[in-house]
Amino acid sequence: MELLDIEDQHLFYSGHAACPGCVEALAMRHILNTLGPDTVAVVPPSCTAIICGAQPCNSLKIPVYQTTLESSAAAASGVRRALDAQGKHHTTVIVMAGDGGTYDIGFQALSSAVERNEDMIYFCFDNEGYMNTGAQKSSATPLYASTGSTPAGKPSKKKDLTEIMAAHEIPYAATATPAHLTDLVRKVKKAKSIPGARMITVLIPCLPGWGLPDDAGIAAARLAVDTGMFPLYEVEDGQRYTLNQTTRTRPVRDYLMMQKRYGHLTAEQFDEVQATVDRSWARLVERSAAAH
Amino acid sequence: MNQSSKKMLLTGNHAVAWGARLARPKFMACYPITPQTPILEKLTEFQMAGELDAEILTPESEHSAMAACISASMTGVRVFTATSCQGLLLMHEVLHYASGVRAPIVMCNVNRTVASPWAFWPDQTDSVSQRDTGWIQLYSESGQESLDTVIQAFKIAEQVVCPVLVNQDAFYISHALEPVDVPAQETVDRYLPPFQPEHVLDPERGESIGNVVSPEMFCQHRKDIGQAMQLAIAVAQECDSEWERLVGRGYGIIDPYCCDDAELVIVTMGSMCGTVRHTVDEMRSRGRAVGLLKVRLFRPLPVEALRDALAGIPDVLVLDRNFSPGTGGVLHQELKGALYGMADAPHMHGYLAGVGGVNVPPRKIEEFVDQVHRSKPAIHSVWSG
Repeated sequence: MELLDIEDQHLFYSGHAACPGCVEALAMRHILNTLGPDTVAVVPPSCTAIICGAQPCNSLKIPVYQTTLESSAAAASGVRRALDAQGKHHTTVIVMAGDGGTYDIGFQALSSAVERNEDMIYFCFDNEGYMNTGAQKSSATPLYASTGSTPAGKPSKKKDLTEIMAAHEIPYAATATPAHLTDLVRKVKKAKSIPGARMITVLIPCLPGWGLPDDAGIAAARLAVDTGMFPLYEVEDGQRYTLNQTTRTRPVRDYLMMQKRYGHLTAEQFDEVQATVDRSWARLVERSAAAH
Repeated sequence: MNQSSKKMLLTGNHAVAWGARLARPKFMACYPITPQTPILEKLTEFQMAGELDAEILTPESEHSAMAACISASMTGVRVFTATSCQGLLLMHEVLHYASGVRAPIVMCNVNRTVASPWAFWPDQTDSVSQRDTGWIQLYSESGQESLDTVIQAFKIAEQVVCPVLVNQDAFYISHALEPVDVPAQETVDRYLPPFQPEHVLDPERGESIGNVVSPEMFCQHRKDIGQAMQLAIAVAQECDSEWERLVGRGYGIIDPYCCDDAELVIVTMGSMCGTVRHTVDEMRSRGRAVGLLKVRLFRPLPVEALRDALAGIPDVLVLDRNFSPGTGGVLHQELKGALYGMADAPHMHGYLAGVGGVNVPPRKIEEFVDQVHRSKPAIHSVWSG
């Protein structure tokens, strides 16, 4: 077992407004402690915005600008360039957005900012749906998951955001989870050391949205990685792939069975999900092998 | 005092670009759209030549452009941008954000028809339909006025901490060449002090902007914006007067022309003011007692000034180059509200003239005047020309 050696810089306060047991708060605390106080964040409407709290309180010590749902990457570009215009190149500019604000409505602005290679770190807290509005489907919702807007199960696959970012030849793209904190912290440090656009997608099991008990966030995130549903990997310049956990130890069924959103799946559908995961995994293994 | 200004032959768009350059913005985000594009291109030319020290962002949409302008402004830099019709409408959501966070951005909008159907002609429906977004709105009659107004707009915006939209009509102003007096940089520097906002996004200070609020706090935010808007009437007047003292050109927040003994006053905004001004001269030379009231400041609407200017005038003809289906001309509607309850309120006639860029020559305006004299005022706007 690795020991996480990170100093709490008190940039994320207790008393925040996350749901009890929410592991997004855990991820935020470790991300902010790794980035340090010289950071400005842009946050769209999202669980993160709720976690920040209501005026006049704020759970984040760093300055946060809350923009529209579509415009996180554009607003962060504005902050970056305006800080640059004042010679404040040392300040780190980040986005903390949900998957709806990233995969869907904010995707156009994100693609443009990455195309321009804006100097920012974009964190997508991916809980695979519009959880802040009561769990509706986004394009990050996986195949067959039941949501408020797809009660019979989503008929299409999850959009592969990291691949799309890699196709932009973004300097750094990575996946992470709050169940793998040493890996998360290492990736945040690495992202901070690379100039240009950087993207870290953090899987956030949503306790009410996925139908999980309050203490199951970490277990679910760990199983997502162990089953290959959410592989931990990094892509540099869209070329160099590194698979961080190279073995799958469990069938996806184990991961799906623990969540109410998959409660309606037939045996064939479990097999179909397993087959899609196998295909994506094989492609990733191949790319990782080619790069090393 | 103004000896070092330069006379240049400029389009309205290039006059705007010069106005923006002289205001020394540090950030711009801009997306191309006809007929605004020459503003963006001229500013990037200035930057490339080292004549403009600003970051210029070219994002994928006007929505992103405005979103970036707001966050840039929140870090404490002066921000300029420009757009037109569809671009302004795409920004609609973010226009509310800009006024909500009190970002004193200055934007030029080149008034163009709103699709569908697709067209490119002068029409002010794009900007008048943004009247409830919390942006101060000014309308310009010429390229010279556009240049001067952009500079004034920064001073107004930064004093009342509200964003300002400077409107000029497509082609009649945006693409028409005219001799423009371009003030010296020192003159503008004397007029416009460096931008020093009270609140900024700064890790040293840790202030956050835009967190969720209670109903009472939201209401207070809106009251504050309302107060700033009311203050903007006097501030806009003072900023114009100060500019006039400096360069000899002032326009007022409204501009009455030959109104003192007028039996009929034509009220309008933008490039049509020039045509009406000419028509008034022609008709006056033939003994017809007509006048022009140009509305330069549309938001906040200077209600007191409008009531004073139109008190005792028998007939008022409002020319609207915009159309709000279901009500008619927006200026007509606004003016009816502004003059409501006046003891000596004029008879009000509202004509939809020039909608979609239809040409309204002086001859047509004379016909309108004759028509008014022959008809009773209608409650609703009337299609004319």
